[in-house]
Amino acid sequence: MLYAILCYASEDVVSSWSKAQDDDVMAKLLDVQDKYAKAGRLGPVARLLPTTAATTLRKVKGEAVVIDGPFAETKEQFLGFYTLECADLDEAVEFARELSEVNPSGGSYEIRPVSVFNPTKVAV
Amino acid sequence: MTDLAWISSAISTARPQAMGALLRYFRDLDTAEEAFQDACLRALKNWPQNGPPRDPAAWLIFVGRNSGIDAVRKRAKQAPIPEEDQISDLEDAESDMAERLDGAHYRDDILRLLFICCHPDLPATQQVAVALRVVSGLTVKQIARAFLVGESAMEQRITRAKARIADAGVPFETPGAVERSERLAAVAAMVYLIFNEGYSTNSGEAPARAPLCEEAIRLARLLLRLFQTEPEIMGLTALLLLQHARAPARFDENGEIVLLEDQDRSLWSRKMIDEGLALVDKALRHRKPGPYQVQAAIGALHARAEKAEDTDWVEIDLLYGLLEQMQPSPVVTLNRAVAVSKVRGPEAALALIEPLEQRLSGYFHFFGLKGGLLMQLDRGEEARLAFDRAISLANTAAEAAHIRMHIDRLMKDGAVRGTARSAK
Repeated sequence: MLYAILCYASEDVVSSWSKAQDDDVMAKLLDVQDKYAKAGRLGPVARLLPTTAATTLRKVKGEAVVIDGPFAETKEQFLGFYTLECADLDEAVEFARELSEVNPSGGSYEIRPVSVFNPTKVAV
Repeated sequence: MTDLAWISSAISTARPQAMGALLRYFRDLDTAEEAFQDACLRALKNWPQNGPPRDPAAWLIFVGRNSGIDAVRKRAKQAPIPEEDQISDLEDAESDMAERLDGAHYRDDILRLLFICCHPDLPATQQVAVALRVVSGLTVKQIARAFLVGESAMEQRITRAKARIADAGVPFETPGAVERSERLAAVAAMVYLIFNEGYSTNSGEAPARAPLCEEAIRLARLLLRLFQTEPEIMGLTALLLLQHARAPARFDENGEIVLLEDQDRSLWSRKMIDEGLALVDKALRHRKPGPYQVQAAIGALHARAEKAEDTDWVEIDLLYGLLEQMQPSPVVTLNRAVAVSKVRGPEAALALIEPLEQRLSGYFHFFGLKGGLLMQLDRGEEARLAFDRAISLANTAAEAAHIRMHIDRLMKDGAVRGTARSAK
């Protein structure tokens, strides 16, 4: 079963890290992913730009309206995700635990089984 | 997850909101600062024991407010309030506080906190110093280092500026829409000022001053989170990101300035550029252009060019033309002349800047550009004169060295034979 591991944390806190701190955290997170990637279990991974860079398209009375940012006044924002092939939930929880151990941002990892997966390739 | 790194970034993140609320509550900057300081000390003691609060800002405001009241009571020789251990279970109080901290309220709190630092009586550098101390929470030592002055001089400067702010009286009433947008414009200008203070033209100073740029970007992002639909705040944030993205390429290993067109673009920060470009795109959708958006759009065109030759100078010329209309200034025209020289040649650019000479007679970049244009036109003698003026006006050793490099090239090309001979 493919799982999506969705990362939520305070974007204010994460964006206040210095470049050195950020690089350090990213390197440690890469280490965690590495063994899963080598085992061929890691799917696409993405880190998102801050919500201030986001735009939302919402249907209002049947009409699509483009507005700035997600406006939700939440303490934590959706910052990125991993996808991982897991035999069971325990494995997915273990992966999230390993990520959280090297990530000082606090926050949470939401573990969601994937229903439809369409891994088309884009050149980045 | 209560290690010190987390606590310190949570505190610094919460600072503008907490300070803004405490200032509204106590209506006095010093009392608010003391109360915040005290709340931070209590957080350092309390959080590792009891776990981090769900809402650090609300915790700091609540504890800071109590500690401030306590301090006022102590002065009035009354009994102190209970220790923070007894109020450590803030669950109820916290959510109560969070409720009162609705979006619009804390938005005005933070805006007010920034706005009092932009008091028009304060010289620009003092505005920046106070904002860094009060809003960003940098230590006097850090600020002094960034301004390249002694700690006690900076301490004095900040104390004087704060006294001036206190005398001026802080505007506490909730601002109306017009006033809010005026405050926002003043605050945006100050954030840009902080960035420019940090955008040093000297490689030796760059590491010490870089924190100013980073702080400015942090404040711009904060403003954007508060005013998510303001295209000019998107523009400001984008402008700072796009400019700062080039920082790693601005000086060579000898500390010499590397001009934009000669920079190694692979050193530019891709992450900052991506965020900057996304914000420019978002801002332009609003079709409410302003000076920050135009400057950011110019930055975006540079960022989008993979090689210097790919730069869309025609579009940059147009954008500078637009900026000239919005914000007429000889410096904007001077910048436009660079684009004009690429599009229509050095002669047209020279014609554009010559009328500015009187107004820019003390401006290094004017004579640097004039010399460069004359050099392209093979008018070596005149170029040499312009470069000499530029060197005498250089603000940093790196600027002077950069111009000297041009003069050396002129001499080598034999374009100024007479001068070369007499120089021997």
